[in-house]
Amino acid sequence: MTVLSILSVVLIVLGLFFFLIGTIGILRLPDFYTRLHAAGKCDSLASVLVICGVALYSLQPFTLANLLVSIKLLLIAVFVFIASPTATHAITEAALVLGVKPWTRGKKKRS
Amino acid sequence: MHSFFLISSILLVLLMGLSLIRTVLGPTILDRILGGNVIGTKTTVLLLLIGLLYENLSMFVDIALAYALLNFIATLGAAKFFLRRLAVYFEKGEMEEGS
Repeated sequence: MTVLSILSVVLIVLGLFFFLIGTIGILRLPDFYTRLHAAGKCDSLASVLVICGVALYSLQPFTLANLLVSIKLLLIAVFVFIASPTATHAITEAALVLGVKPWTRGKKKRS
Repeated sequence: MHSFFLISSILLVLLMGLSLIRTVLGPTILDRILGGNVIGTKTTVLLLLIGLLYENLSMFVDIALAYALLNFIATLGAAKFFLRRLAVYFEKGEMEEGS
């Protein structure tokens, strides 16, 4: 177990924790917009953490091919970090235009 | 290290199954699009973990990059499509009962 392995294990476990939190939020929250909030966090933060962990682990025997793989992984992380909020924004715009009402405390609670 | 990646892949598949519940019984169509988007993002991560399990990461990185691009385009296209369509077909009732 080198230092890079321990760091990548920490990053992957943290990412899986945020995936778990996001999934619980998608299942349990009462409204479409709040579920969208949980899904946005789960998408961007957790996948970037896991991808950075995999990129650190793939750097292990330091050769040029492994460095190329690691740079590609960082490219995926940057793309996910840009694209996931854009997709969330598009879904939110569709919901606002279609007239999905936000949940307030006074209404009856949906299952 | 191999067993750690195996355990985290199995955990990720279980979380994808939990997201599938929201996709199947989401009250509005936008909930289903949201569940599909989340499942696609988890699949991108799962492909990388599968590449680590098979000791062949350099092939699976390209697949994961293509899958991330495809997932983004699919979500954007579905959102725009239902934005156009639902405005025509469902005026009030379908969306009101979800809130």
